[in-house]
Amino acid sequence: MTETLSQYSAILLYCTMVVYAAAFVAFAIDLAQRSAAAGRPVAQSGAGEQLTAAQRRAAAQTTQTASGQAGGSGTVTTLDRPTVIDDDAEIARTRSGGVVIRVAMALTWLGFIAHLLATILRGVAAERVPWANMWEFSMTGTVLMVGVFLGVQFKLDLRFLGAFLIGLVLMLLGIASLQYYVDVVPLPPALQSYWLVIHVLVATLATGFFALGFALSGVQLMRTRYEESEDSPPTWLGFLKTLPAAVTLENLAYRLNVIGFILWTFTLIAGSIWAEAAWGRYWGWDTKEVWTFIIWVIYAGYIHARATRGWRGSRSAWLAIVGFSAVMFNFGIVNVFFKGLHAYSGL
Amino acid sequence: MPKPRTSDGITQPRLGPSGWLRWFWRQLTSMRTALLLLLLLAVAAVPGSLVPQRSSDPNGVTQYFRDNPDLAPILDNLQMFDVFTSAWFSAIYLLLFASLVGCVIPRTRHHLKALGQKPPKTPLRLNRMAGFIRKEHHGAETDARGAAGAAEQLLRKSGYRTVMFDEPATRGRPGAYSVSAERGYLRETGNLLFHIALLGVLVAVGVGGGFGFTGQRVVVEGQTMVNSLVSYDSFNPGRFFNDSSLKPFTLSVDTFDVTYQSDPNKGAYGQALDFDVKTTTRLPGEEPQSNRIKVNEPLSIGGTNVYLLGNGYAPTITVRDPSGRAVYREIIPFLPQDTNLTSTGIIKVPDGLADQLGMIGFFYPTPFELGTGALTSAYPDLKSPVLELRAYRGDLGINDGTPRSVYTLDTDGMTQIAGGKSGTDALRLGLGETVELPDGLGTISLDEVNRFASLDVHRDPAQGWVLLFAVLATAGMFAALLIPRRRVWVRATDGEGNTLQLEYAGLARGEDPQLAQAVADVARRHEAALDLEAPLDLEASPDFTSQRSTSSRTDVNSSP
Ligand code: HEM
Repeated sequence: MTETLSQYSAILLYCTMVVYAAAFVAFAIDLAQRSAAAGRPVAQSGAGEQLTAAQRRAAAQTTQTASGQAGGSGTVTTLDRPTVIDDDAEIARTRSGGVVIRVAMALTWLGFIAHLLATILRGVAAERVPWANMWEFSMTGTVLMVGVFLGVQFKLDLRFLGAFLIGLVLMLLGIASLQYYVDVVPLPPALQSYWLVIHVLVATLATGFFALGFALSGVQLMRTRYEESEDSPPTWLGFLKTLPAAVTLENLAYRLNVIGFILWTFTLIAGSIWAEAAWGRYWGWDTKEVWTFIIWVIYAGYIHARATRGWRGSRSAWLAIVGFSAVMFNFGIVNVFFKGLHAYSGL
Repeated sequence: MPKPRTSDGITQPRLGPSGWLRWFWRQLTSMRTALLLLLLLAVAAVPGSLVPQRSSDPNGVTQYFRDNPDLAPILDNLQMFDVFTSAWFSAIYLLLFASLVGCVIPRTRHHLKALGQKPPKTPLRLNRMAGFIRKEHHGAETDARGAAGAAEQLLRKSGYRTVMFDEPATRGRPGAYSVSAERGYLRETGNLLFHIALLGVLVAVGVGGGFGFTGQRVVVEGQTMVNSLVSYDSFNPGRFFNDSSLKPFTLSVDTFDVTYQSDPNKGAYGQALDFDVKTTTRLPGEEPQSNRIKVNEPLSIGGTNVYLLGNGYAPTITVRDPSGRAVYREIIPFLPQDTNLTSTGIIKVPDGLADQLGMIGFFYPTPFELGTGALTSAYPDLKSPVLELRAYRGDLGINDGTPRSVYTLDTDGMTQIAGGKSGTDALRLGLGETVELPDGLGTISLDEVNRFASLDVHRDPAQGWVLLFAVLATAGMFAALLIPRRRVWVRATDGEGNTLQLEYAGLARGEDPQLAQAVADVARRHEAALDLEAPLDLEASPDFTSQRSTSSRTDVNSSP
């Protein structure tokens, strides 16, 4: 019974990957269409706000206002409208209204539901939370990444990140199904604790936010390159023109990384409380603890970088990328290849 | 925090020693230095995961020395096996914390002062500020003074600290009333709390490590340990440890039950599912107490915690001389070698036989014979245990008083008489069996097999403090990262012909993505309060500025 369920779960996950692959293609087509549209001489997106990169940066950093008369009868006569760049407005300006992106999002939702079901099914099969070995970490971790991606859309339109993020998720799921599948086995005593539920779930959720922050920082760097270069980007990178300004991308990345950082702090503390109960000390520089610490410090550095003159922009983006690389290293390499007390990969 | 005063290097006055010190301190406490030290700390921690550490994996270090005899001493000189206590790692975090102190003190002072101050004067030109909105109302019932008063009330109710200014008319400007409001002081409070609590964590960790101890002790079922220095197999006291913190308790392991996954048709056959140690503890002057220790459920006694960290088997072995007199009877913990608890142990019989006798034992709880005839263990529980012994006679090398580990046998001065190339098979005996020793030395029996629990005893008097500071830090961080700090201004001017002009604007101090919305919101609520008609154009609010301005950044970086 257990095995059958867990195999259904795996099959469902393979279906999920097919749907995600389709979504990825759709996201990619959307970007391609944006590239094509951006290549046309007439400024698109209606706003007629094709500011140059320099103007944009100046606008984002100083506050100038241009007053326009919005004349009218009644009580309101004047309304001053600043032309300063605002994240929300910037995103609104660059929103893709295309059919393709809607198809991509629909496919992502479909894949997400299948993905979630596959994960729940695995939990049912194992009669516990589905995050106790690498296979399950991968499954739950990616479902949360997609979940965060979809959830954030309710507040911020980040659909342009779809190709980046779904690509990452597909890659992780691919590696997981090739390398990490294990049958359901009972939990070893060290993992029989409610901290497994809390600590690992929060860590995984943090990873979801970091992933999105990483994607934004990656796009930010590309966009910065584009804004700083005099010539137009090559056609296939034309979509860069249609993305929000680098400053906006940086602000968004910061917001997501900060949430990830708070969750990671909680992970670190919860982990030490658990370690105290299970191993007799709250902190012992076990390899996994070392990497949890390294990641925490990198992101603390990232937050400081945003507040340090000369470190905003690309440098802080690089820090976010280094931070997320460390997260992935911690997950994919430290779990599997490093020796230590956290020997729970199940491989 | 103090900003590093960038020297342009042209006409720098010569610095005396105190000047240099001040210069150095300013550099150290600058934000850039803090950042670099943080990044350095992350990098410095990396080798601690690549190379085994003495603190967490001493056997790994020994192994590393064996595998890399050339490299290991070099790494050892660089303290690579003690990264987290090394001079260089300590230097980085001590500098970082020095920088932190130097940063927090002036900021706290500055913040305390700010807490007692009113918001500053309303800027003359609000249209330079974020989220600026200007409205003109005709035929309003309120005058500027009333409108400003209403704004002040409204802002105060929303948690702003406010002050109203009467701005008399000047050349070119009509008189006006303005409200200057600020909120989110908790953001800076949280930030300071966070950084100070970090210091608290560091100090508490240091104190706990200094005054606490950890000790390891193997206790076989039926045995009792006493919490005193001599009874530990290994003991790591903190620097300021003294014996008085060893509470005089005793702990007996009554039974030790282990449950295994025993269904061969399911995965993970033989995996341990549960460890359950039943214990009796005694404190002087108190009734004995029955309790239990499990993984994840330590036993707490007299401010000390006892953890179950390992398990294994301890056979009871009796050796008799040819006349049948018992010359040796010991319970010997065998060290597990694999998950099915194939275990090895050493038996040394120094006296009572014709010669000294040493034996290397292999214990198989559930033996399985491989094709080669060698044994292995196929399951960790005791099904039909077998003890296999290689025996040596000769000189055990313990007569000269040199301490020898109980876990190793030095066979240099000895002749192998059973097992290996000795020509005689290794001795094999099951539970309750007795076999003859070679050369007519006598007999050996396996009387009993019990489990042992490998217990970690740990006392850290500051552990609760570490947790407290960690929780405070988190709370501070929540406030610091999530509460927006902002100023909002409202200016009301009486225009000609019964018009009322209202201006609204804001300033972010730190990250504040919602600023423009907040200003627009204040405007809307203010107009509602004044009973002015809802303005038509406000849906346009996405176009208003949300400014994470350089000015807010300057705040962060400039001297308090
Ligand atoms: C032990 C090393 C340090 C760690 C782990 C650390 C960590 C952090 C974290 C997590 C934050 C974000 C949460 C918050 O705002 O409270 C932060 C913010 C901040 N830290 Fe630190 N910090 C350290 C040392 C320092 C030092 C030495 C300084 C001053 C030179 C400093 C100045 C600041 C400032 C100004 C902020 C606010 C940044 C902003 O508003 O975006 N920190 N720090």
